[in-house]
Amino acid sequence: MALEDTTRSKSDSGPSLLNAIAAWPVRVLFTILDVPLRGLQRLLGIRAMPYVFILPNLAFFGLFVVVPLFINFAFSVTGGTNLYLDDRPFVGLEQYGFLFDCGNYLDPTTCREDRFWRGVFNTFTFVFFQVSLIVLFSLITALILNREIRGRGFFRAAFFFPVLLSPVVVALIWKWILLRDGVLNAFLVSMGLDPVLYFVSPTWSMFWAIFVSVWAHMGFYTLILLAGLQAIPPDLYEAAEMDGTKRERVFFRITLPLLWPNMLVVIVLALIKAVQIFDEVFVLTGGGPGTATQFIVQYIYTTGFSNQVQNFGLAAAASVVLGVVLFVLTLLQLAASRRKDEA
Amino acid sequence: MAETSTMSERSVTRFLTARRGGGSLHWTDIFSYVYLALGVALMFGPVVWLALSSFKTPAGLQEFPPTLLPLGQIERSVEGYDDPLPMFKVTMDDGTVRELAQIRRIGIIAQMVDPENPDETIKVPIASREPIREFRVAWENYTKPLERFNFLTYLNNSVIVTAAATLVTLLINSMAAFGLAIYEFRGRNAVMLFVIGTLMIPITIILVPAYLVVTELGMVNTLWAVILPGAATPTGVFLLRQYMLTIPRDLIEAARMDKASEWSIYWRIVLPLSLPAIAVLAIFSVMWRWNDFLWPLIVLNRSEVYTLQIGLNAFQGELDVQWHYVLAMTVVALIPVTLVFAFLQRFITTGIASSGMK
Repeated sequence: MALEDTTRSKSDSGPSLLNAIAAWPVRVLFTILDVPLRGLQRLLGIRAMPYVFILPNLAFFGLFVVVPLFINFAFSVTGGTNLYLDDRPFVGLEQYGFLFDCGNYLDPTTCREDRFWRGVFNTFTFVFFQVSLIVLFSLITALILNREIRGRGFFRAAFFFPVLLSPVVVALIWKWILLRDGVLNAFLVSMGLDPVLYFVSPTWSMFWAIFVSVWAHMGFYTLILLAGLQAIPPDLYEAAEMDGTKRERVFFRITLPLLWPNMLVVIVLALIKAVQIFDEVFVLTGGGPGTATQFIVQYIYTTGFSNQVQNFGLAAAASVVLGVVLFVLTLLQLAASRRKDEA
Repeated sequence: MAETSTMSERSVTRFLTARRGGGSLHWTDIFSYVYLALGVALMFGPVVWLALSSFKTPAGLQEFPPTLLPLGQIERSVEGYDDPLPMFKVTMDDGTVRELAQIRRIGIIAQMVDPENPDETIKVPIASREPIREFRVAWENYTKPLERFNFLTYLNNSVIVTAAATLVTLLINSMAAFGLAIYEFRGRNAVMLFVIGTLMIPITIILVPAYLVVTELGMVNTLWAVILPGAATPTGVFLLRQYMLTIPRDLIEAARMDKASEWSIYWRIVLPLSLPAIAVLAIFSVMWRWNDFLWPLIVLNRSEVYTLQIGLNAFQGELDVQWHYVLAMTVVALIPVTLVFAFLQRFITTGIASSGMK
């Protein structure tokens, strides 16, 4: 696999300082653990050792991921405001019924739980634009970075930088620019235009939610596409060059078809991430104005945790619905990466 | 892979940049450089703007249009007034220039006062006055939140969480990866499927039950609640196992001949050989933990256990946002990842490009 070769070739230039700092306490820890584990091996025999090694990790997985996954269903079919399951009355599918009680599914105002449906619709809008823009801009960026360009490493790093920033930092950076007296409005005023109160307008809030999250994440997808571009065999291009094929034709007949498996992976990964959008937008707009930028995850969060009455059952039911959507997307992802591996 | 890719890059790019006839630039060349220049400005610009702004005094931040460098209007406390007043240079009717402090502004008339003679108020048209600015770096934006608010605690908590969680992650992930890479045993494929399966379960869909588990364990409002639940990362197990599969079996067999225990094979032979992959995972883990938001937001509800991200969010959500402090603390939150970026960026990019995981 690619990782093995690339990372191993880096090992010479690896962070030796990091090693030096980490080495000492690690050595102490492992030496202390040596005694009981040696005893364990003598007691259980060598055949039991693989289980001993995977046990701690599996225990964590089980306790914090798998068990919760099942308890989630239990929460979604019980009511009341108690956290402990023993004290929660069984209500059957009432929570789901409540979520899906709509006069007309295309109009959130006709739904009993209109906040949920607004979240669903907002998420759809967000996902559609955000994923399209991410795919478009990471493709353009990857194509350009794949050319012979001075300082390519620097440019690649520049587009990647925001990926590392925390959602809170990303949101605050942009909030500071977009404030009433922010630098963007100063620019507008200097051009003779009126300043805009971005976070008072639903459309502008959604626009900036999409813009900021594209800004923060496109570098990640650019890297995947760039790796795909660099894996295209160069002789194809050489052959095309000999035939005097036009650039546009080369792009549509060679580059795009061979990049397609990577594109699929990017699209599905971006979809999975976008459906779960929460943190940047939560800090940037707080879901507002009103519910204009409130998404499904924020609905789950407010319903279960930040409302006065903590409705765990409803939050769990909504997260089961979200889970189903993600499950379908994940199947798509598996199919997409299988195509990529076959290609 | 490294060699072939650079080779392919070179010939692809040679092809793409080959120019027909003469040396004139193709429009795509110009487009590329314009795009990249705009891109760099857009990616770094906002961050630079944040950093520059974080050194301004509250008065400097209120300037509109904003200044690039930390210039702020000088303020002076004047006898008889509670708050410091902004200073202006005023051209009087007789042509003389005086330095006056402004009390208030009504329409186009400003009420001014001479700091030397605070009893007399002077009314001047606003067109005749000009703010007096000075260049001053407001270091106190950084020092005060650490003293006066809980930011030192938040910073401390973030460091503890990041370090502890990364250590736990590295230990249990590498053990599991070792078990899955080195041995043939019953149920190995089932465990691998399980690991890949959990890769698909994001925290967003198990918030309520995970909160219940953490509550049952008595960990709510302790740092353990953020350290432990995310420690067993499937990504890490997967990444390390793929790497360990490439370690020659002969080494391990030879060690067994020498009566080495399985544990010492793990930590004396396999771990040191896997250091490059472990470094990648360590970097990822530090970033995940330092930047973590949704889960800490749910399980940390008391100010003394807030991490930096949660504290920052609480601080920026207040009614009267103290932007000079918020900006400075945002810069503090940004420093570790920027250092990681500056020094270890290549590790991350190769890690992502080859595993497709973040």
